[in-house]
Amino acid sequence: MTTYRSRTRNQGRFRNLAGYDRWLTFATLSLLAFGTVLVYAATKNWFASQHLDPQYYLKRHIINIVIGLALAYGTTLIDYRLLRAYTPIVWGLGVLGLIAVLTPGVGSTVNGAKAWIGLPGGFQIQPAELAKISIILGIAMVLAERDGASADPTDRDVLRSLAVAAVPIMLIMLQPDLGTTLIISAAIVIMIAVSGAPTRWIVGLLLLAILGGFVAIKAGVVSEYQIKRLQSFVDPTADPQQSGYQLRQARITIGSGGILGRGLFHGPQTNGRFVPEQQTDFIFTVAGEETGFLGSGLMLLFFGLFFWRAFLIAQRTNDLFGRLVCVGVIAWFAFQTFENIGMAMGLMPMTGVPLPFISYGGSSMFATLVGFGLLQNVHLRSR
Amino acid sequence: MSQRSRLNLIVVQMLVLSLVLAMLGRLFYLQVAAGLKYQNAALSIQSRDIVTPAVRGAIVDDTGLPMAMDRPGMVITVDRSVLGKMPDKGQAVLERVASLMGIAYSDLYTRTRLCGEIAFGKRTGCWNGTLYQPIPVTKEATQVQALKILENPDIYPGISASPVPIRSYPSLAGENAAHVLGYVGSITTADLANTSKQYYLNETVGKTGLEAQYDQYLQGTPGIKTVIVDRTENITRTATTTAPVAGNNIVTNINAKLQAATEQALASSVLSARAQGNKADSGAAIVMDVHTGRILAMASYPTYDPNIWQKGLTTAQATALFSDADGVPALSRAIDGTYAPASAFKVLSVAAASHAGYDLNANYNCPYSIKFGNQTFHNDDTKVSGSMSLQTAIAVSCDTIWYQIGYDQWVKDGGLHPKSNPNDFFFKNAAAFGVGQPTGIDLPSEASGRLPDRAWKLAYYKENKNFYCNYTSRAKPADLTPFLIAIAKEDCTDGYIVRAGDAINFAIGQGDVLMTPLQMTDVYAAVANGGILFKPEVARAIVKPDGTVLQEIQPQENGLIPASTSTLNFLHGALRAVATSGTAAGVFGNYPIQVSGKTGTGQVQGRNANGTAKDPTSWFASYAPSNKPEYAVVMMVSQGGYGASTSAVGVKEIYNALFGVTGNTVDPKKAIFPNGAPPSTLPKIDLRNATVKTP
Repeated sequence: MTTYRSRTRNQGRFRNLAGYDRWLTFATLSLLAFGTVLVYAATKNWFASQHLDPQYYLKRHIINIVIGLALAYGTTLIDYRLLRAYTPIVWGLGVLGLIAVLTPGVGSTVNGAKAWIGLPGGFQIQPAELAKISIILGIAMVLAERDGASADPTDRDVLRSLAVAAVPIMLIMLQPDLGTTLIISAAIVIMIAVSGAPTRWIVGLLLLAILGGFVAIKAGVVSEYQIKRLQSFVDPTADPQQSGYQLRQARITIGSGGILGRGLFHGPQTNGRFVPEQQTDFIFTVAGEETGFLGSGLMLLFFGLFFWRAFLIAQRTNDLFGRLVCVGVIAWFAFQTFENIGMAMGLMPMTGVPLPFISYGGSSMFATLVGFGLLQNVHLRSR
Repeated sequence: MSQRSRLNLIVVQMLVLSLVLAMLGRLFYLQVAAGLKYQNAALSIQSRDIVTPAVRGAIVDDTGLPMAMDRPGMVITVDRSVLGKMPDKGQAVLERVASLMGIAYSDLYTRTRLCGEIAFGKRTGCWNGTLYQPIPVTKEATQVQALKILENPDIYPGISASPVPIRSYPSLAGENAAHVLGYVGSITTADLANTSKQYYLNETVGKTGLEAQYDQYLQGTPGIKTVIVDRTENITRTATTTAPVAGNNIVTNINAKLQAATEQALASSVLSARAQGNKADSGAAIVMDVHTGRILAMASYPTYDPNIWQKGLTTAQATALFSDADGVPALSRAIDGTYAPASAFKVLSVAAASHAGYDLNANYNCPYSIKFGNQTFHNDDTKVSGSMSLQTAIAVSCDTIWYQIGYDQWVKDGGLHPKSNPNDFFFKNAAAFGVGQPTGIDLPSEASGRLPDRAWKLAYYKENKNFYCNYTSRAKPADLTPFLIAIAKEDCTDGYIVRAGDAINFAIGQGDVLMTPLQMTDVYAAVANGGILFKPEVARAIVKPDGTVLQEIQPQENGLIPASTSTLNFLHGALRAVATSGTAAGVFGNYPIQVSGKTGTGQVQGRNANGTAKDPTSWFASYAPSNKPEYAVVMMVSQGGYGASTSAVGVKEIYNALFGVTGNTVDPKKAIFPNGAPPSTLPKIDLRNATVKTP
């Protein structure tokens, strides 16, 4: 009776909004608001001092969020089980984007990586961000759609899923984008584990990851620029001018925020721009310095709330495809968050990944909010 | 959902939870636990201190005449952060500045580079500060140069000229006083580590002399402007500004005119000793107020110009200061040089003999020579011999009487098998006179001399036993004479024993005993004032720039010399007899001022670098006027020959200046202290007049 009443009351254009998990939405909107303020704080004073529009980044960030929310809403309109049918197309588009970015004349190089495609009007897209969704959907589909009658995926299913993931991962490694590779790889292992695949696969994949990393560094597949970043994580004085300097500055900037922070727009380290990329990869330093332990700790709690609600959705659905999509999105967000914040605090080596929901950047924002949409989609259809 | 799948999902949940907790934990550590540390680190990243040096306090003489003071200089600075933004990195501007200053571009280039920016070996003149403050390239710019820079900022961007204080030693009364005043220099890492006071880089600090001793008062507090910069070193705002506070002035007991006269007297004594065929490598002269221990003048030869540090010390100049060939001008012989006191020591021997029970008014036999065992000791200064009063023996400087007394006392104390509790009248008496201990003068690095008593003998033996016991293999071939080998053998077995020769030599201030000229002055001042050993003081007061007295330094006693009134009376008579009828009669016989004193001619072991035997140390230790003593005056010339012919003559020149003596007449108006004594009140300090006279 209750269910029926609520459905009739919300019939209308945005009727499925009412079926969203409210806490997940609340956490997401809170993080988006947090991010908006931080992007503004990271850029306002510096741009003003350079006689540029202090709201340049703020405006673009808000536009990104609006587009991203629209994409998220759009994602929830179609039943994700129907979406499953389009997965091969989504996967194919993702791979095409990754090929395009590597094509001379199309992709542009930033910080030693070919990760961007320039679009008319000064816009840029980062295919790797959108490819994350393709990979998650692709693997979920393969693992959920098995040929045998057994409840758990067989070795063959696992091999097929790895084949699905291998192509886009190779393309991302060619950019090279170490951070995204690591995050996607971790998400794949988690998805395989949750699919119920034999334990030997999980152990084997973890060993492979360690071996692969070792060989990559030894064989020179990983560029010198990446090795330097890793070295400066182990020993911040190894490369004091570049990576080591940035990591040290980031830690000092966060630490100097103390309990209460220096106040929004009043962080001397942020305003002096001692930390690079502080509206994107190092945005957590702005939170740390200007909002202190109270503010940045609250932000971490919002992430915690988000993950808790997302796991609930994964648990409640009876559909393996839906659950794997949820787990994939959670693992992606969790590792990317940990990599980004961990890097700023000196827990993780330096890789350029944005902080989900917070960092400035269109592609990342769109992909993140589509991920959020996928979670809500599964939630909507599992009641 | 299979069991494994469900279990794995829980494991993944735990994993994500632990990631969030790890981040929260790390955040707590960074911001709460270690927050203060990072706040300080951030502050040091963002803030730059710009130091404006304070005017250093002046050092003035007893009349208020400045002997060391800051004079205005003009500094030209180069701001690298401005030049760095130019397409040619400021080369054109620096070339213009170099031609304005009249120096080579390469010199100016070096002066504006951090030492780390320049290849090792070419760093002479590089800037050892930071890039955050304008780099001074000269402090001696002319007004014309400064005006050209200030009036044409478009031609000289990033270049500035501003007045700065420069330390100068104006020598207004012709005095040098380098060893008393000391000098200042740039702060070093050692200075930064060694002091409780907070110094800033580029500050000047006292390196030696009064400049070092009273640095904390002279220094003042530099003005600090703290600016906040961004990553590109652009100043975003000024955080705090404190104005510099000038340092305090030091009033000394030195009288600049007397100092100049003392230096001249010392220099002419050294030169005349050389003319008489002595090496006369160095010397010292001191004038002390006997009632207070205040140092009225103190000279050391050779000396140096303390201004050279401010003009920019060349390598040659720096080497010369400490080179043996030039006589190590940096060393103050007055407080740092130690010498055998020779007969000037007999004042102490008289007191020791009196304690040992000798009648100071009896007659004693003074043979020309005297034999102990197989060694013969003879008189040096006198040809007179026979029975004589002890007073005459002092006057003519008979040594043999003292040999006998020293020997007899040594025998009484057990000789080669000393008693467990020997009297040691001579050693204990000398210790009470301050031999072997620094006087505590307010100047850095004072030497303590040496009291070669039984404890010293034992310590020295322990240190050198190995050498003596392996003498034939370790000594230089030239020192392998049968006599020296025999002595080494003796020293190896029982070198810690005080021998007869040690006791005999000690009685006349020879052998291993060493004293500084300052210690000698203190002893003679004590004899003159009735027995008080003072702690010598160069500084008289610390006065604030506005004239209020921060601290007046009161005379301080180190103790009493162990001499009874009768011993002192005997000494007064004997020391006067030295000047009237004794060894110094040729110098002071007809002198209009009554002077009491004692000559000393110290034999020195060893040889000069060129192989010649060392000439004796010439001493004259004295006080005057004899009936109502005011001043103790001591001169010592190392390798200066006889005490009378070299040092007594120099001391007389000092008395000439002190009392206003010309020939045989005294003109009290020409005396350094017209009232007959050093001023009892503090002078007014007027630095303005002095500034005009400086070059």
